[in-house]
Amino acid sequence: MDLVQLQRQFVDYTTSLFNEGFLDDQFNQLQQLQDESNPDFVVEVVSLFFEDSERHLNELTQSLEQQNIDFKRIDAHVHQLKGSSSSIGAQRVQKECINFRGYCEEKNIEGCRKCLQQVKHEYVLVKNKLETLFKLEQQIIAAGGSI
Amino acid sequence: MGTVAETPFHVLAVDDSQFDRKLIERLLKISSYQVTVVDSGSKALEFLGLYEEDEQRNLNPASVSPDEHIHRQDVEVNLIITDYCMPGMTGYDLLRKIKESESLKDIPVVIMSSENVPSRINRCLEDGAEDFFLKPVQLSDVKKLKPHLLKGRSKETEFNGNKRKGIENFDSSHDRTRYRYNAIDTDL
Repeated sequence: MDLVQLQRQFVDYTTSLFNEGFLDDQFNQLQQLQDESNPDFVVEVVSLFFEDSERHLNELTQSLEQQNIDFKRIDAHVHQLKGSSSSIGAQRVQKECINFRGYCEEKNIEGCRKCLQQVKHEYVLVKNKLETLFKLEQQIIAAGGSI
Repeated sequence: MGTVAETPFHVLAVDDSQFDRKLIERLLKISSYQVTVVDSGSKALEFLGLYEEDEQRNLNPASVSPDEHIHRQDVEVNLIITDYCMPGMTGYDLLRKIKESESLKDIPVVIMSSENVPSRINRCLEDGAEDFFLKPVQLSDVKKLKPHLLKGRSKETEFNGNKRKGIENFDSSHDRTRYRYNAIDTDL
């Protein structure tokens, strides 16, 4: 695939991510913080998001498997996850987190467990999408182009 | 645009989340601020030179020269931006401690939070916070810091003359701190 095709593919893919609600404007805000002095900022921040999220999701899984469910602790993790997903622009993950917090408040165990599955699902989706996006970016740069 | 001789404003950012720290640091650096980032309120106070009484005693044995403490105090911070929700000392607690400190109360403080709770926001503003940013913090928010910083700087020059002249020129607030340390020294 030549450079022009790659770049078009990149634009189309990015657009679809926004249209399908995977990403919102906050992702654009992050791009604004990237420049020649910090050319990898978005990738770095997104990698941190992946690390953070996986940690929270593991904690949440464990917490919901306990005999005595600590809703405060669960809420704290969901709160953090909601915060970082909103800072990245991972809109669908953020929305599931909002639902999750609702079930936490009600101390609804089943609701929480279902929500955790939803959050994990959305997280995996957006992670794959972002990784694909970054791969495309790398291909463009390798072909001598820029974003 | 400031004069070439002007030093950049130094902002101290406080947030317990590594992710948020990276973001706020970048936002501030890209806005040409000098940035120090810490992960807790107590680390922030340590950086600002405000120790708990007991710690002061431990850190000020008679053998340590007063100059070291003066150096600590001379780390100039022009604005503090802190997360609200932090374990241990919240951003609000930190705000209160700063405003209750003779040497630090004039430093403008801005609070950040991912939660839009009007009563929380009002309480912070009433207790001396200059502004309250909802997360995710954006470049447009960071642009709003300038007037708070400029106000702080003009207050400084009013009271302190030119701080940047070096260690010989101490303003009255520094002297007060030094006397406090000296008093503790003699207690030992």
